[in-house]
Amino acid sequence: MKLFSIRGGVHPSSHKSLSSEQPIRAIAMPELLHVPMRQNIGAPAEPVVAEGESVLKGQLIGESAGPVSAPVHAPTSGTVTAIGDYIAPHPSGLAGLTITIAPDGREAWAELPPPLDPETATGQEIADRVREAGIVGMGGAAFPSSVKLGLGTSRQLHSLILNGAECEPYLSADDRLMRERSEGIVGGAAIMMKALGIPRAIVAIEDNKPEAIAAMRAAASGHGAIEIAAVPSRYPMGSEKQLIQVVTGVEVPAGKLPAHAGVLVHNVATAHAVHDAVRFGRPLISRVVTVSGGAMAEPGNLEVLIGTPVADMISACGGLKGTPEQLLLGGPMMGVPLHDKAAPAIKGNNGVLALSRSEVNPGAHMPCIRCADCVAACPCGLQPLEMMIRIRNEKLSEAADVGLYDCILCGACSWVCPSHIPLVQYFNYARGALRDQDIVKQHQDKLKGYTQRREERLERIARAKEEARKARKAKMAAAKAAKAKAAAEEEATDA
Amino acid sequence: MSLPTPPSAPYAHSSANVQRTMALVMLALTPSTLYGLYIYGWPAVFLFALTILSALAAEAFSLALRRKPIVMFLGDGSAALSGWLVAATLPPWAPWWVAVLGGLIAIIIGKQIFGGLGQNVFNPAMVARVMLLVSFPVELTRFVDPKPLFSQGAPDFSQSLQIVFGQIEKFDTISSASLLDQIRTVLKQGGDVPGGLAEHYQPMAMLIGDVPGSLGETSALLILLGGLFLLYKRIITWHTPAAMIASIALIAAVMNLIDPARYPGPVYHVLSGALLLGAFFIATDYVTAPVTNTGRLIFGAGAGALVYVIRTWTVFPEGVAFAVLLMNALTPVIDFYIKPRIYGRNRAGEPLPGPDDAG
Repeated sequence: MKLFSIRGGVHPSSHKSLSSEQPIRAIAMPELLHVPMRQNIGAPAEPVVAEGESVLKGQLIGESAGPVSAPVHAPTSGTVTAIGDYIAPHPSGLAGLTITIAPDGREAWAELPPPLDPETATGQEIADRVREAGIVGMGGAAFPSSVKLGLGTSRQLHSLILNGAECEPYLSADDRLMRERSEGIVGGAAIMMKALGIPRAIVAIEDNKPEAIAAMRAAASGHGAIEIAAVPSRYPMGSEKQLIQVVTGVEVPAGKLPAHAGVLVHNVATAHAVHDAVRFGRPLISRVVTVSGGAMAEPGNLEVLIGTPVADMISACGGLKGTPEQLLLGGPMMGVPLHDKAAPAIKGNNGVLALSRSEVNPGAHMPCIRCADCVAACPCGLQPLEMMIRIRNEKLSEAADVGLYDCILCGACSWVCPSHIPLVQYFNYARGALRDQDIVKQHQDKLKGYTQRREERLERIARAKEEARKARKAKMAAAKAAKAKAAAEEEATDA
Repeated sequence: MSLPTPPSAPYAHSSANVQRTMALVMLALTPSTLYGLYIYGWPAVFLFALTILSALAAEAFSLALRRKPIVMFLGDGSAALSGWLVAATLPPWAPWWVAVLGGLIAIIIGKQIFGGLGQNVFNPAMVARVMLLVSFPVELTRFVDPKPLFSQGAPDFSQSLQIVFGQIEKFDTISSASLLDQIRTVLKQGGDVPGGLAEHYQPMAMLIGDVPGSLGETSALLILLGGLFLLYKRIITWHTPAAMIASIALIAAVMNLIDPARYPGPVYHVLSGALLLGAFFIATDYVTAPVTNTGRLIFGAGAGALVYVIRTWTVFPEGVAFAVLLMNALTPVIDFYIKPRIYGRNRAGEPLPGPDDAG
């Protein structure tokens, strides 16, 4: 099929061969599973079980709290031992509300909702099922998938793109999934196409994964409307905006969703989860995670239950080799630092990396020499050096004027910078600071509103009092006059 | 020195760093400079060493004044490179104080006064070149015929020391002029370009560099080789050198068609003086040139045109340094107007129309 070009991009060493030939395997049941309630963008789920309660595998334990939220299910059968704060897989290293389950080892399933027949089910039924199954974007963004499916129903879409680019170095979870479970992915694509009436689907896979491309081609051969596109291996090919551009040639207008370009993008693992939810009624309780890096003894691809501590995944891969320079969740380009190996696996986490010092390749921060390699590398047509200069001078709104919010934070600029300037860190900082300023401003506006309304109210009261006083005075004067008049008349009659 | 782990992703980095970039540029300069040192002998070697030492000393002094880490910034190679480029543009038998002044001007006035690495508006080496040329026109235009090291008639080590340290008059037989000067003189004396060229112009010798000229500018072939190496290593893009060479060649070709008696052709202009060195090594300086490829095309084309104008119609025989400085001044303007189009936006920065907005 015809592909289009994208701007910029970089070619970091892929390191994928560390794990790409390792088949997906399950690991021993952890002693405890720590299932966070916040696993998605939007509102965290709310627990619906109590401490000490027995739960079955697949049973709802946290229900979604709002339109952009996703429910959470018990990954295995066992007993709820705690509901409370537990270290979250988040760069802050802070704790979040978590349900801890002690597995009983029986793996006894709860009663699951009945399978749906994609041929007869309505789009609404399928979107509802995806919501009930707690499916979120599994490529890392963790946006509730049903919301994306719901958006599709409100406008006509021409293409479903399944994102199998997996452009982050090291990660091979999607690669293995496409090789080993291609039927389920194609099935999930077909279900979403049917539900939304999308005429065609394209599975975009970077051309450094020939086995996955072959497996997906074979699985899709029966479906005339599902194409496999081998896209060039260039970071950040798997970014939603860039993938849409390379496959369709259309750019998503600034500030709009892909649906505005007539496209819906889902990760291949998400498609697989949709398939399982619709065909078998299974909620999302496990996922494939790549455990890799130069400081990992035996890199591999693990199918882990949600809530499995990272430490269990690392020990299932032979433990660490030496002291890693950096532990990461996700890929090296956009992943988040892992502060505590006790943090659990969540739905949106596709990798656990232990990187050696030479892999991180830290360097001394030098002044910007305006080499403009960042400008050439930026897939969004931004000038990272110009944004950085403004942010360093605390001119944050000027940075916003030159594209701070068009940035997808892919890190290509930081990767290429010869002066080792942490550009993405600048951009994250500026966005956070602008958000804070915005909150303060909103707060001040609110206070100003209160003060203004209070003054108006006081004025109104004063005016009302004044008027009432005048009215009373007038009334009294009138009464007096009437009295005087009456007296005069009386006098007159008397006379 | 302990290197910090990045504060946030990406936790991976390309092999690029500032030292490596500067080192690769110096590596690219090495063949043409070594050739210059060879054909102009010991005086050139002393001059070259003195200029770089002076630049390094000026950098260290400035860093100390500004309380910046001296080892880190001296080690980045940028001061050595600036000194190197100053030396490359000097007459190879210039006196010692020209070398020392050149290094001091380049680093202190050209770079550190603006705030050091990455902050200067003008190319430091060209600032030094122009200040020296304007202040000491005699010393800066006294070229010599090539006298290769160890060849018959070349000054030996101690004679060379005398030449560099102020007694060049003792060796007055070797004074010569560059081709640009010669053609200018011919025109002044009422001759025409073809006559002058027939007498002085040897394109093959200019390609190889076996002619009177600045220390590191004479060998067109070796400079081109270095330039191609920088392109291959992706240290520079093709835009600046291509635009600069194409622009001067085009103007020269047109003018040559109009009046061949007054205006030499494109090959003469491209091979002469500092043009190739300027196109590949000076106009491509990151700090003082535009950041977009379109901007670089404009920058290069403007510099090429200015070189032609200066060589042809001003009192100076050579104009690369002036041309580059003038374009340096325009860089912020070019960067202001020439920007990449942002994804999802039109050139004016407004969001692209979606399908909903159409019609």
